[in-house]
Amino acid sequence: MDTHNNPAPIEQQTPSPETVDIAIPSPEGSTGLSSRQELPVEVEGTPAGQIVVTPATLPVPTRQRLIWLRTLLKNPKALVGIAIVSIFILVAVFAPVIAPGDPTEFVDSPNLPPSATHLFGTEGQGKDVFRQTVWGARTSLFIGFVTGLIITVVSTIIGMSAGYFRGRIDDVLTLLTNLFLVMPGLPLLIILSAFLAPGTGTIIGALAFTGWAFGARVKRAQTLSLREKDFVAGARVGGESSFKIIFSEIMPNMISIIMGSFISATTYAISASTALAFIGLGNVSEVNWGTNLYWSQNNGAILQGAWWTFVPSGLCVALVAFGLSFINYALDEVTNPRLRAEKELNNVLKGKNFRKTRTRATPVYRQPR
Amino acid sequence: MLEVRDLRVEYLSQKGPVRAVDGVSFSIAPGEVLGLAGESGSGKSTIAHALLRVLRPPAIITGGEVYFKGKDVLALAEHELEDFRWQDISMVFQSAMNSLNPVMRIGDQIADVLVRHKKLSKRAAWQRAGELLDVVNIDKKRLDAYPHELSGGMRQRAVIAIALALEPPLMIMDEPTTALDVVVQKEIMQQIEELKEKMRFSILFITHDMSLMVEFSNRIAIMYAGEIVELAGAREVFENPLHPYTKGLINSFPPLTGPKRKMTGIPGAPPNMAEPPKGCRFHPRCTMCQPVEGERRPKLQEVLPGHWLAYHEGIPGVNVKGQAVKNLNPPGLVF
Amino acid sequence: MRYILRRLGFYLIAFWAAITLDFFLPRLLPGDPAATIVGSGGQLDPQQLQAVKEALGLSDQPLILQYFTFLTHAIRGDFGISYSNFPAPVFSVILTGLWWTLLLGGCSVIFSFLIGNLIGIFGSWRRGGAVDSFVPPLLVLVGAFPPFFLGLCALYLLGFQLRWFPTRHAYEDTLTPGFDLAFFGSVIQHMLLPSLVLVLAHLGGWALGMRNTMVGILAEDYITMAEAKGLTQNRIMYRYAARNAMLPSITAFGITLGFVLSGQLLIEQIFSYPGLGFLLISAVQKLDYPLMQGLFLMITLAVLVANFIVDIIYTRLDPRVRAG
Repeated sequence: MDTHNNPAPIEQQTPSPETVDIAIPSPEGSTGLSSRQELPVEVEGTPAGQIVVTPATLPVPTRQRLIWLRTLLKNPKALVGIAIVSIFILVAVFAPVIAPGDPTEFVDSPNLPPSATHLFGTEGQGKDVFRQTVWGARTSLFIGFVTGLIITVVSTIIGMSAGYFRGRIDDVLTLLTNLFLVMPGLPLLIILSAFLAPGTGTIIGALAFTGWAFGARVKRAQTLSLREKDFVAGARVGGESSFKIIFSEIMPNMISIIMGSFISATTYAISASTALAFIGLGNVSEVNWGTNLYWSQNNGAILQGAWWTFVPSGLCVALVAFGLSFINYALDEVTNPRLRAEKELNNVLKGKNFRKTRTRATPVYRQPR
Repeated sequence: MLEVRDLRVEYLSQKGPVRAVDGVSFSIAPGEVLGLAGESGSGKSTIAHALLRVLRPPAIITGGEVYFKGKDVLALAEHELEDFRWQDISMVFQSAMNSLNPVMRIGDQIADVLVRHKKLSKRAAWQRAGELLDVVNIDKKRLDAYPHELSGGMRQRAVIAIALALEPPLMIMDEPTTALDVVVQKEIMQQIEELKEKMRFSILFITHDMSLMVEFSNRIAIMYAGEIVELAGAREVFENPLHPYTKGLINSFPPLTGPKRKMTGIPGAPPNMAEPPKGCRFHPRCTMCQPVEGERRPKLQEVLPGHWLAYHEGIPGVNVKGQAVKNLNPPGLVF
Repeated sequence: MRYILRRLGFYLIAFWAAITLDFFLPRLLPGDPAATIVGSGGQLDPQQLQAVKEALGLSDQPLILQYFTFLTHAIRGDFGISYSNFPAPVFSVILTGLWWTLLLGGCSVIFSFLIGNLIGIFGSWRRGGAVDSFVPPLLVLVGAFPPFFLGLCALYLLGFQLRWFPTRHAYEDTLTPGFDLAFFGSVIQHMLLPSLVLVLAHLGGWALGMRNTMVGILAEDYITMAEAKGLTQNRIMYRYAARNAMLPSITAFGITLGFVLSGQLLIEQIFSYPGLGFLLISAVQKLDYPLMQGLFLMITLAVLVANFIVDIIYTRLDPRVRAG
């Protein structure tokens, strides 16, 4: 499971600037001191409200190769996350095979508890909850991934332009980003969906409109620091066009950030679209996890004690969100030098007996010689 | 007063332990200034931090002994260690900007040492903190200032005031002036000199600036790749450097006084400490040595009275004037 | 002071942007906005309808004039009459919800912030210890659940099945609001379950954020110096490490307020808690357009004011900003 069981990890075969020097917080480490600045802070996070606060100087962007992608695929957290999300995608794709039949069909009497005939029971109008849950994955995941993609494209364009061109463009775009960050998302989303023509397209549009700002902010910060790197400065002095520099020099070094923001945006879109559907915005005749919850609530499931009508859909949303955020944590672990150093430290210290002592003084650990 | 014997510090890493300090021995007598010189990464600061045991894992001390006035520092329990720190040895850190708490007033940062160790009341501690600022020539009103409101030189003085607060017998100064410009550097060094005369504490002075070091220290230890390669009186090191690395180091700084010399650097780069060269660690960069010395690590031995050198006996590359005496004891016991 | 003024300027711009958005939204409606909006206000008499049209700037005037009419009315808090609470004006309807939202939101935000940060501080201080190893993953798992789903489960289990908590409203229906113990007790009792859900939903974010900042701060030189000074562990942990790590946490506090509030809107709906969220969702369901517009502005204003307060606190805590 751990990479250190493997005697020759890939990192050692292909030296790159970030893997050659061992991450040791030595008090003399000039790299550690020079890269540390004062405390302005970047807050990254998902609009769903999970926040991760990291000092702005970390991760220090370096010229990334795609090593992290291979390391990521060995990370146990990433594997768990990918497995969960893949299962749901498969369920969505093979819905007709897994739960044959029309999810909107009235199959039996209402509010039957789970049984062999109806795996998850029936809901307040006598529809099969298992079918609804399985088929619901389709729309929910579709909205999630499409919105995630749109948000990623928009936030990348805005964030990178602001960071790269700086000056006026940056001022305007940053102001815009901050405005959208400070505006409460769900209320805006709610009145947008209430005023606009109902439909999946409207929902996706509204989600994208309210959800791009976080990603843009993170990407702007990253572009700003990448812009100052030697290889970008070199290309600029060499007279390359801005377009070419952005796409061939900066973009390849931001793949992990872009991927991370795609995952956060998808998580946000799935949770928020479920929330919207739950309060009856969007198309309530469609089957997705949010509308399942809406009907459950509308049919008084809680009063009737019919927990099986809302638990499956809610659990699905939670599991997908959990899987996606696990991938993101793993991504962070792989690409953030500080977290990587910490993980390495934990591996190194594993099983050492001074680990358990509660001391914070330098351990004295005399080896028998 | 301070005795360090065969100190070893390792940084654990996934690719195996890295020996940052590998068998270092020295001693400091009351009132003495011992200079510790060497390139960055040679383990100077690691030694300083290890003496107070403020290194954190993955750094661990893997061997050796540290005695301070008969106290076995490496065997102290947590609370004994807390009492020992600053009371017995205080430290001036490399960068005052980074070593002062940015959200605490200077007065509080001086006073909290006094409250902790001398059990003074907060008011008495502030009173004393004001006096300490006086000692380092800062206006008492600055007690209320936050670190960012002070100039670089003032911040460093404030750090020195904190280090003086308990009047410890030994003060470690880890590159105390490196971050400052030359004029301020001079002023501060002069001030430290005066304070030392007045208060008679010992100093472990760490720097890579050889000219500053020779002016300021009684004895100098030269470090290379985690080891002391030469240790002697300050003038002796300068006038009669024996180790090729010492010679290189001295030649790479312009002399402050005396005739102009041709400045030469040291070819090559410091070794990778994860896999240090076998035998004499300096041999890949050494201009004098023979390929034969890949065998064993040279030991530090007293080659002239009070002058210690790590070298291979009988190898003609190193020219030792006078006769080498038998390796009796670690150099610390000279005093 | 300059910093505060700059922030204030930003919030004014943000408020203006919200008003503008609020103005243009109805005009995005398919068909004739005036007809749709006014059309849903069935029970209003012609005079009252005229008042609504007036407040929302729905007239035959050019767009720019409509905009200014709306702007002046919005700043005065005049959005006409709420269709669903006929004949109460929108503003007074909003006021009834505002206090409940501030009470529930304020309490749960402060508790989740404090508890989450404490977990983060302890976890990073004893890295690899029990608090550090088991609590954060658990909180991440809980945090993955949409808050409203947590709310549904809590309501079902703790409210309806176990009957430990009241299941709806902000206080017992039989009580009349007043300054007496029975009323306050009832208010607290009704607040417990929704705020418990909100605290749980946001705890993980705070704990992880604080932990990560602390880990960075613990590597700073001033922590090493504090250790070298022989200070007690408690003093180093609070006055040196946590005190500095708090600053980014507080910045994040301002930014997340909007999201926290979003989660709260649905919780209010589930617990029939009569705050702004409950009002907003019922306004949506009853097509009460004036109320929706008014609520959106009021919620935005609340978030902006809260952010401004956070900014002021921040300047009190970070001397470097205070001076600039």
